[in-house]
Amino acid sequence: MTALLRMAGICKAFGGVQALDGCGFEVERGSIAGLIGPNGSGKTTLFNVITGYERTDDGDVYLNDRKITSLPPDKVFALGIGRTFQLTRVFARLTVMENMIVAAHHKERAADRARLRNPFARAGGPATRRRAMELLEFTGIEKHAGALAETLSYGQRKLLELSYVLMAEPEIVLLDEPAGGVNPTLIGTITDRIRELNRQGTTFLIVEHNMDFVMGLCDQVTVLDYGNAVVTGPPEVIRSDRRVLDAYLGAAEGDDDASAA
Amino acid sequence: MGRQLYEAIIDGILGGGVYALMAVGLTLIFGVLDIINIAQGILVVLAAYLSYVLSVHLHIDLFVGLLVTVPAMFLIGVTIQLLFMRPLRGRERVSMSLLASYAVAIILEGVLYTVFGPNTVQLNAWYVTKGVKILGGAEPYYLPYIYVFGFGLAIVLVAVIYYMLYRTKFGRSIRATMQDQTAARLIGIDVNRVAALTFGVGVAVTAAGGMVFGSLNAFNANSGYDLISRLLAIIVLGGLGSIGGALGAAVFMITVESVVDIWSPQYAVVVFYAALVLVLTIKPTGLFGKREARAQ
Amino acid sequence: MSVLLRWARPGLIVALLAFGAVFPLVYTNPLTTTYAIDTLIFVGWVVAWNMFSGYSGYISLGHAVFFGSGAYTVGLLALHHNLKGGVTFALLPLGGLVGAAIAVPFGLVALRVRRHTFVVITIAVFFIFQLLAYNLAFTGGNGGVSTPFATWNPATYNNPYYYAAFLVAVGTILLSWLVRGSRFGLQLLAIRDDEDRARGLGVRAMRVKLTAFVLSAFVTGFVGGLWVLFIGQALPNSVFNPNYDLTVALMGFLGGFGTLWGPVLGGLIVEPVQQQITLHYTNGYTGLIVFGILFLLVILFLPRGLLPTGKEWLTRLQARWERRGQAAPGGGMAVPGTAVAAGGGDSTGSVAAAGTAERSGTPRAGGAR
Repeated sequence: MTALLRMAGICKAFGGVQALDGCGFEVERGSIAGLIGPNGSGKTTLFNVITGYERTDDGDVYLNDRKITSLPPDKVFALGIGRTFQLTRVFARLTVMENMIVAAHHKERAADRARLRNPFARAGGPATRRRAMELLEFTGIEKHAGALAETLSYGQRKLLELSYVLMAEPEIVLLDEPAGGVNPTLIGTITDRIRELNRQGTTFLIVEHNMDFVMGLCDQVTVLDYGNAVVTGPPEVIRSDRRVLDAYLGAAEGDDDASAA
Repeated sequence: MGRQLYEAIIDGILGGGVYALMAVGLTLIFGVLDIINIAQGILVVLAAYLSYVLSVHLHIDLFVGLLVTVPAMFLIGVTIQLLFMRPLRGRERVSMSLLASYAVAIILEGVLYTVFGPNTVQLNAWYVTKGVKILGGAEPYYLPYIYVFGFGLAIVLVAVIYYMLYRTKFGRSIRATMQDQTAARLIGIDVNRVAALTFGVGVAVTAAGGMVFGSLNAFNANSGYDLISRLLAIIVLGGLGSIGGALGAAVFMITVESVVDIWSPQYAVVVFYAALVLVLTIKPTGLFGKREARAQ
Repeated sequence: MSVLLRWARPGLIVALLAFGAVFPLVYTNPLTTTYAIDTLIFVGWVVAWNMFSGYSGYISLGHAVFFGSGAYTVGLLALHHNLKGGVTFALLPLGGLVGAAIAVPFGLVALRVRRHTFVVITIAVFFIFQLLAYNLAFTGGNGGVSTPFATWNPATYNNPYYYAAFLVAVGTILLSWLVRGSRFGLQLLAIRDDEDRARGLGVRAMRVKLTAFVLSAFVTGFVGGLWVLFIGQALPNSVFNPNYDLTVALMGFLGGFGTLWGPVLGGLIVEPVQQQITLHYTNGYTGLIVFGILFLLVILFLPRGLLPTGKEWLTRLQARWERRGQAAPGGGMAVPGTAVAAGGGDSTGSVAAAGTAERSGTPRAGGAR
């Protein structure tokens, strides 16, 4: 299996704080990769760098061996990298369906070039809406298609964000704490959906603090500490690796709880 | 010619100092409350009228009168914030605060017109008419003392504000709120109180600004428009929320206008705004503005 | 009950249109039609303004730039070519084009900054234009521009202007509706909610914003031209009047900022009120005070505007009716979702919105919010 996404030597500093310090690892095509690490280790910063919301000071990001380092977010999205945010970002005053349509922008524009463009073309052609409904049914929120996004509960918003990111049929989806603040039943739903999408070919890179979630779902886990990818490996290996415990707990105090988590 | 330039620059710098003071108040309000207080211009006029009443009817010296007008404007500022801005809620809260301040400005304008009528007045005192001799020769240039005193006053008050911001506990609360309201709340700062008091401080400086402005210019209730448009341009040019930026931008723009005025009085003001547009084209956040973090 | 509501809106719209169409034939008093024309011009303006500001969230307090520019353009052309009567209406699109042309560089600079700064720039540009109107030679300085009067029958003198204003208002509402349902409009609304995220999803924010800005400017220039044709004169402080921008903003917020019909309602209410104030308080200053107080009252007590607030009441009423209907058979078994309605009206609101959205077939039932 080849590396779909590769990061090499990423450095990023904010003022005096070195958020990423020569960070590099690979995500293999078709895998579900996890990214864990204590708070402040640079996980979200790395996501921002990959998706173009932040510029690197040094280092490169490769998608299918193509350098995408300084591309802006919309180009990264168009190339097939979807991304959700820690604090869910949906378009609050648009309906759920409209949120989906906005994300289909690229696909629609491509289709548009074939025919003459009508400036007042209705938003969301039939194909787009069909696909949107399929995705909404997949994530289970189709009943709310006509509801304003702001009326959705926190968990439903997470599902909406995932749904609309999927509208663009991304090759890889970066999920930033998908299980954060969500009840256990919904976590189960999310886990199932991710597995199902992965079976259909989508690669995932997931940042999470919920160890059960990560260890149970991911094929491979990378640990970040102080902006560096400290170790990469399958969950069982990571779980008991000394360096991971050090990263989370600081000093050399091996805790039973940490390895069980 | 060179002489005129020299005078214009001095006028500009000293005059700019007073605008700087008023602009600092405005930018402080923005930094803490996220509101652009459109009423600042008419509040300056109100303060000027207050000084006028104290001076003409009670024969109190203009500077002494500040002891009354500064607290008065502070209270007015706090009241405005409490009555018209704090109750605002909802998504468009910031835009509506702006409109609310505009509405307050209109009301004040109407009240001032009604009370004082449309005729212009100007503050007077010995230091307004008499001046210190700056340049000699055949045509000596006398710089009215008020320019110097006013500039001195501006410096003192800005220093006081800096002291308050960086050396007092209250000032720390203000700076914390400016940086992150939620975080400030979490560490126990009463953000509502800080908001109200900051608004008060921001308006209180108009007392001094109004007094000097009223001495240098004939004014009436209509003068508010000109003032607020300049103040807005200044704080945007300097970078919204940046106090140093407001200071620099004020002195800079007033000086530039003063110089351009030598050649073309009518278009001097246009240059003022054009400078704003030019700077924003190059640097959308203003000279010292921070890069926008929020989506709105 | 829902059947009634479903037909209420189209029915109301048709009634309004019919009423507007025959208005001058019924109310022949020229004074009345003058007020009507004035109102309709502002309705056109506020709908155009809302089409940009309301949909994008960028509040412009400088649209008077376009109004005034359109007015001066049409006025000067009419004056210099000695045009009067029906042919002057052909000048109106030119007024619109001038407005649109100004909007392009204006927007390119102003739309790169964040919303707070944007408001300030619009104010600054407005003052620049006002000053230019006072000082440039060809604008006639303080005296402004006066257009030749049409030689029409005084009894029905107003009618052509009325119908022009009426058509413009209706046309602008139609345009706003089209924009709202279009992909371009959806992107604009997305920008309003989260511009960064929209950009990240590929929305060309500057292009979208600028297009809306220019469209909005065209209409505003157009009605500015109509205004000068009707009034017969354009002065620097009559067409470049900062209070007009504030009035338009008030109309927008009163009716429902960002909705389709809200601004229309706002315009239909505020302008006649404004006229009454001017009538009764001939001393302009008191009028200012009253207007300002009204504005504050609206902002403080009707923050979301009449239309959205009214909709919410209706939804709650509907929920209560439905609950009463269910009370007998099920006892405590309320229809799922209605129980929540008492609290915030969100799920019921969303079901209602979903219902109307599906039925009408457009992405959102126009003006639902």
